[in-house]
Order: sequence, then structure tokens, then C-alpha cells
Amino acid sequence: MSTPEPKRQIHLVAHFPGVNSTTVWTDPSAGSQIDFDSFRRFAETAERGLFDYIFLAEGLRVREHGGRIHDLDVAGRPATLAVLTAIASITRHIGVVGTLSSTFNEPVELARQLASLDHLSGGRAGWNVVTSPDAFHGGNFRRGGFLPYADRYLRAEEFVRLAKQLWDSWGADAVLADRSSGRFVDPEAVRGVTHDGPQFDVAATSTVPRSPQRYPVIVQAGDSPAGRGFAAANAEIIFSRHTGFADGQQFYRDVKGRLPAAGRSEDSLLILPGASVVLGDSAADAHERSREIGFAQTSPQTAIAWVEAIWGRELPGLDPDGPLPTTQPGDTEQRQGQVSTRVDDRIARAEQLRARAAAEHLSVRELVVAETAAHSFVGTPEHVAAELDRHVQGRASDGFVLVPHLTPHGLDEFVDRVVPLLQERGVFRTAYGSAGIPNPTLRQTLGLPDPPGLGAISGVELVDAVVSSSEGASA
Amino acid sequence: MSHHHTAPTGGIDPRFTVGVALDGAGWHPAAWREPSADPAALFTAAYWTALAVSADTAGVDYLTLEDSLHVQGADLTGPLGVADPELPPRVRPGIVEGRLDALLVASWIAPRTRGIGVIPTVTTTHTEPFHLATALQTLDFVSEGRAGWQLRFSPGAVDAAAFGRKPAPEIDLAAVLAGRPDPGLAELIGEAAEVGEVARALWDSWEDDAIIRDVATGRFLDRDRVHRIDFAGERFSVAGPSIVPRAPQGQLPITLLAHAAPIYALAADIADVMFITPDSVSQRAGASRGRGVAELVAAVRAAEAASDRAARGFAPLRIVADLVIGLDTAAESAADRLDRLNTLAGSPYESDTRVFVGGASDAADLIGAWHRAGVDGVRLRPLSLPNDLTAIGETLLPLLRERGILPAADPQPEGSRDLRGRFGLGVAVNRHAAARAGSATTPAPSTTTTEAPA
Ligand SMILES: Cc1cc2nc3c(=O)[nH]c(=O)nc-3n(C[C@H](O)[C@H](O)[C@H](O)COP(=O)(O)O)c2cc1C
Repeated sequence: MSTPEPKRQIHLVAHFPGVNSTTVWTDPSAGSQIDFDSFRRFAETAERGLFDYIFLAEGLRVREHGGRIHDLDVAGRPATLAVLTAIASITRHIGVVGTLSSTFNEPVELARQLASLDHLSGGRAGWNVVTSPDAFHGGNFRRGGFLPYADRYLRAEEFVRLAKQLWDSWGADAVLADRSSGRFVDPEAVRGVTHDGPQFDVAATSTVPRSPQRYPVIVQAGDSPAGRGFAAANAEIIFSRHTGFADGQQFYRDVKGRLPAAGRSEDSLLILPGASVVLGDSAADAHERSREIGFAQTSPQTAIAWVEAIWGRELPGLDPDGPLPTTQPGDTEQRQGQVSTRVDDRIARAEQLRARAAAEHLSVRELVVAETAAHSFVGTPEHVAAELDRHVQGRASDGFVLVPHLTPHGLDEFVDRVVPLLQERGVFRTAYGSAGIPNPTLRQTLGLPDPPGLGAISGVELVDAVVSSSEGASA
Repeated sequence: MSHHHTAPTGGIDPRFTVGVALDGAGWHPAAWREPSADPAALFTAAYWTALAVSADTAGVDYLTLEDSLHVQGADLTGPLGVADPELPPRVRPGIVEGRLDALLVASWIAPRTRGIGVIPTVTTTHTEPFHLATALQTLDFVSEGRAGWQLRFSPGAVDAAAFGRKPAPEIDLAAVLAGRPDPGLAELIGEAAEVGEVARALWDSWEDDAIIRDVATGRFLDRDRVHRIDFAGERFSVAGPSIVPRAPQGQLPITLLAHAAPIYALAADIADVMFITPDSVSQRAGASRGRGVAELVAAVRAAEAASDRAARGFAPLRIVADLVIGLDTAAESAADRLDRLNTLAGSPYESDTRVFVGGASDAADLIGAWHRAGVDGVRLRPLSLPNDLTAIGETLLPLLRERGILPAADPQPEGSRDLRGRFGLGVAVNRHAAARAGSATTPAPSTTTTEAPA
């Protein structure tokens, strides 16, 4: 018998519950999703629970349904970077990670903002790089339109490479701050970046010295082959949708299997599926709570809106307690900004839903609850802790992004009842910096390796800029 | 057109305000070499927290944070950036180079302070108006109503090259200084006006009571109180509404530093507070060179009279005079310190505004005289940090209170510390709510393009 392998450690992320139909705003204890007190309260719980980081999603346009503002779900959220910085200001150890689109930002600006957050937070910043390829969101931005679906990862790839050049353009010791010699900065250690590529044409010198982590931790959330390829090349974390055990294992194998070709080791990328947890004092109690929460998450009106989005048309008179419509989905292009994920083949999807409703004898609302509000882990704290552990030891994930259904205290019960059990099992930290580092960066908290040096990258070069030395007046 | 002595909308009489402008180690280029400076800490949260807490504790009304998208050395190569925009600018060893993003520094400071207004600089030239407007709203949430915006545009080729989206407009500096119309400047101003309009429209896009949480009907929102803005200007379009619900102040105070008539006109059209630069003999003062407070105030009021701001429900512009300030300490006179710093820098310090060095009593005399000449406040630019900020709090502000230039105590009642209140701007009226109420006195500001003054 060989000595047993050390237990794999679980990573936990706290997703601030905001804009979506999982947030139960009708609960009498539900608070504001926008006042800073809610973020403070949520962050304090997550840090008490020793979570790796707090995560914020991004939505760059208020959702519409049938061409009008969608009025059923929580709407309204803060801008990602400003609120992450304020959260970092009131916490000490926990990471702050936000979703920021590579389509609707510009590299020089976003790179300096992320580097600024990394400085201010003492190395706790992360960036979930998403591509937002649709004209609906593009309606709020200068570039207007959107990128063709095929090009969005080309832009993301070029964006991240250029951002890394900017983050690397100040040497580690570039700031001398030497009073006696009068040299604040070593000009030899700061290089401008010029880049002439299909997406960007940039000549700039970064305004931000090297930050504590050098790069923010790079997160990716996307599922397509192109998305997985981008993740294998660039991401340190994948926020995935694959919460089930077998499905998770398959995704895990697929993505980690892509790493060697990118010259990376298996432990340089963590896979963290989104998960919802419902606890109870007994299994029956937990399942009853899950059922109740599911119906709270899916009001009759929400169920109808969900079906309408898939059908791609209004369905006046649809009874939420009755059967699915017998009419076929419309064959016009799905309207942008609908309250649902993209549906490629609506006729096939409708057939699939009809089959499930018939097999399980479900009304419209029951079907929508089953499709959308099925909670990932339901049971006693002991059961849930064991399940989370099983997924991680079984390489179905490296941890979870917990998506609570209540703002701002939806994490409290998990932190109070499940975290101690994970600690007892020896699979979750008992303090930040337990690896002997008093003020760990986010990357250290995650146990990820330092970012590798940059290889030769086509289309991007560092140059020593030449400028005129004449001093003129500034206007 | 209303004069500044007229009570603004809401009937609040503006009181004199004192703000501080923070940048690096202070406004003198050699300030980082002061014994009291901590140049190695300029990129740390601790540095900015300490400055902000010191100003907050002293009762300073607001702080502004400078910013730009290029390194400081680029400014020294000429007013409009390096000659060859294909090449990135090089950093200069002798000056503070590098800055953290001002809006994020403000977001960091906000939860750690109680009363002070936080006003970051954000440029309108290359940024996304939607990101800019929503980030400022978020700053208003995290500061609980203490946020403002120092609007700036970026004329330089350096900034344009960093984005690569469009070339920098060509500006004829001689024409601008001579007060002649310049199409390049007009283009920048026109874009800034559009961005300001879009920001204000987005800030109004949610009415106060849009979030209804009506359990009976299952509606979280009243969709009739959330409005698309459908802005379509010459340079960009923004559909809206904002992703951020109405911010605590509704409309954040927009501030703007201006040296020249076309920019006074921009301020009159979109800003609440204008910083002017009196009494500077330096080239850096541009069109303000050699002009005193009374003259500049008259010019600003003339620009204001030519604008329709009152018709759009704006309070009269608050005019704030900028002053670089170095105060005597027990150990050394500020004049000696300035000499020492000039020697270190290798050239005498010149500013776009007046540079004062001396004792707090003389500083209070000057500020009192400016007050009588018609300004609504001063913004102090400390010569070096943190010592001049400390001295402002310990000696100058108490003197201004003693002399009745500032109120004896912070007039803001507990729970009402918003920045609009400090500037006496009154409660912001939402254009849609006003239109609904059919109010004739506060019609909705239009979202159409403001013509650039040509
Ligand atoms: C778990 C998860 C979370 C996501 N979160 C966001 C988000 O907050 N904002 C956003 O614009 N897109 C988000 N996306 C969408 C992705 O950015 C991407 O556009 C989408 O998944 C399509 O990419 P793919 O084709 O690679 O799957 C998310 C995707 C996943 C899988």
C-alpha cells in the first residue's frame, strides 16, 4: 500500500446575487441589490467564511422582453470595477473578481483599471473575460453593433495579450523613488507598447507601475470549443455551467486535456462550476425548502416570460398552471435581449420541453421550475459537505461558485453550517495565508502558479520610445 | 439670466466651499523629494486613504483626483503630446510618473470617509460614455451621495494613439490663445458636451421610485419609470437605460476646469461647478493668463447668460478659484521651501493658476478677497503632500471659520452629507418625473446634441 494522496482542497467563490430570476426579491428578508450596505454585508460573510473571492457578473443593458423593459426580475446593478474597489476597501484578504467584456472595453483603459484595482487591493484582483457578441448590448457603446460570433474570441485573445504587454511594461523595480539622486523612475525599466493587429492599433506607455500580482487572475466563462480553447491558452479559472458529477467530470477532462498543448500544467487552471445550495435539518426538509424556493424563483409571470422567450413570440392567454402552447415557436430571429439564454433551434427545444412536461405531468410553471430552478445541492449540511467534497476529490470540479438566492445574506447559512464541516474533513482552509504567507495575493490564495514569462507574441512588440527632449508648456 | 447671488433651484443659498486637489506627491514637480513625502507609497491604498481621511477629518468639502491616460512626461514634450504619435511616450526620471485610475482611487476612499465629496477626473474623449456614467453612479452609491465628476477631454495625439480608434483633432494653439474659433477644439468640446448630455440622461433614466417590488403582481420594476435614452449624436449613440438605478444624488455634480471662453460655454451648458485659474502670469494659464478673479468671473457669467441652463433647471454655475498653496511651518517658511524645490527641479515652478506661499493668515486674506470678488469657493492645490494638506486642515481652515468665510461648524446635518448639498445645488429633479408632473418651472433638459461653440 502506498501512502494516501493528500486531499484535494475545495475552492469557494461567493457570487453576489443580483440580476437574474434566481434572486428571490419577494422574500420578506430580501434587501437592496444596489445599496453599498448589501455589498458590505455580503463581503463580510464571504470573508468570515474564508472564501477565495467575491464574484460579480456583468450585464451592460437592462434586459427587455418583447421589446419592453423586463419588469419581473431584479434589475439594476453597479458598475463592476467601482463596486469591486469599494468591496476591496472594506475587506482584507478575500479576492475581488469581476466580469468585464472584452468586446465593449479598450485594452489600455481596462488594463490600467485592473492594475489600479490590483494595487489598491494589495494583489486581490481578478478579471472574468467575457465576450458579449450581440447588437442589443452594443446599443450602449461607441462601437455600436457587435462582433461576428466567430470574431469575439479573436478580439478577446488579442485583448488579453495586449493587456499583458501593458502589465509587463514596467519592470519590477522601475519605481526608484530615490530622493537623493532625484530619480523617481528608471526610464530604462519602463517600455512603451506598440501593437498593430486586426482588432487594435495602439501605441501607449502604461500609466500604472507593475502591480502586486503583475496580472489579475484571469477567469473565463464560456462553453463553445472556441471558448474552451481560449480558456486553455489564457485562463487560470473557468466559471462553468457543468455542475453535475458526470457532466462535470467530462468537462473537467476535456478542458484540462487541452492544457499540455498550451504548455501548461493541470494545476494552472481551476474549474469552478456555478452552484446553488439548499440546506435543511433533514433531507425531506431540504427538499421541501428547495421546492418552495423554486416556486418563489419562478412566479407565474416569470414562467410565461420564459416560455415566450423560447417560443420567440408573445403567447397571450397562456395559463401558467396549464399545458405548453400547441402552436409552434416563431421562425423569426429571436429578439435580442430576451430573458433567456440563446436558443439555436427553437422547434427542437419546444419538442424537448413538451416531452419532459408529458413524461413528468408538469404544468408550464412546474416545467419552468424544473428547468431553471433545480438546485445543485440539496440536503443536510453533512450531506452537502460530503457531496461538494466528492465532486472535488472525483475531479468533477476544483470547487464552486456559490450563487445564493437571497441578497445580501444568502450565504450566511452556508458559512455557518457547511464551511465548518468542510474544514473538519480537511478540505477547506481554516485561515487565509495558512501556507505561511501573511498577506496572500488572490493567486496565492487560489494556490495558482505565478504567471509565466511572456513568449514571443506576434503582432505585439515592446519598444523603447524616442521622444523629443524639449520641454514645452502644458496647456 | 440669474446671477450667482440669486438663490438656486431648491432655494438653498450656496455657502463658500473649500476643496483640495490631490495629485501624486503634490503639485510641485519636485514635491516627491520633500522629507515629509513618501514617494515609494504613491501607488498604495494606504497613501490615498491617509490623505483622504486627513482631509475628511479637517472638514474639507471635497477632494478632486487628477488623472490622464498618458504618463506625465508626455505633457512635457509639448501641449499636444509627442511629435510622432506612432511612438509611445517615454517616462522622465525626475518627475512622478504613473497614476492609479482616479475613479477607482475615489471608489477605494469612499467607504473609508464620512463627509468629504470625492471627485475623480474622467476624460470624455476616448472612454465609453456608458461605462463612465455608470461607474460614476456606482461611486455615488459607494460614497452614499458624495460623488462628483471632474470632466476633462484629452486633446493629445498621445491619448489618441493609446486607443487607436480615431486620430486626435488638429488644434491651432495660437488661434485658441488668441480667442479665435478652432475646429479641432470645437470637435473635442462638442464630444465632451455629448458625453455630458448622455451621462445626465442616463442618470435620469431611472426615476426615484422605479423599483416597486410589488409582490401581488410579481413586478420588481415599474417599467414606465425606467426609460431608454435613445441618444443618437454625431459621434456615438447610446440606447440606455442605465444599468444602475437612480443614484443617491440623482445627478452628480459635474465640475470642469476652464481657461478659455469656449470651455466656459461648455461648462455653462453641462457643468455645475467651474474651476477658474486667476492671477497666473504663466504661459500655462493659456487664455486666462494675466487675468484676475473679477475679470474671469464676469467672463464666466457672460457665458452662462448665453446658455439656456436656467431654462433646463440647472442652478447657477458655482465658480471656484484654483490656488496652488504652500504654507509656512514652524521649521521653514514656504518661500524657502519653494526655493529649495525649484532648485531641485532645476527651474522655477509655474502653474496655470496663482501660486501662493506664505502664512495661513495671508492665505486667508487672499481667499477672503477672492470671495468678495464673486467666487463661490476655492480649490487648493497643495504644493507638497502630505504636509501642506495637514497645514490646510490645522491652520487655514480654522482661520477661515474664525473669519466667517466658512461656517463655524459643518452645516450639513447628520444624514445629509451629499455633495450637491455642499455646493448648494439643491435636490436634482428627474426630467421624467418633472415631465409627468407637468411642471412648467423645471422642464426636462433635452438630450439633443449641444452645439459646440465655434
Ligand atoms: C457561467 C457563465 C457565466 C457568464 N457570465 C456572464 C456575464 O456575467 N456577463 C456576460 O456578458 N456574459 C457572461 N457569460 C457569457 C460568456 O461571456 C459567453 O459570451 C457565452 O458563454 C458564449 O460563449 P461560448 O460560446 O464560449 O459559450 C457567462 C457564461 C457562463 C458559462
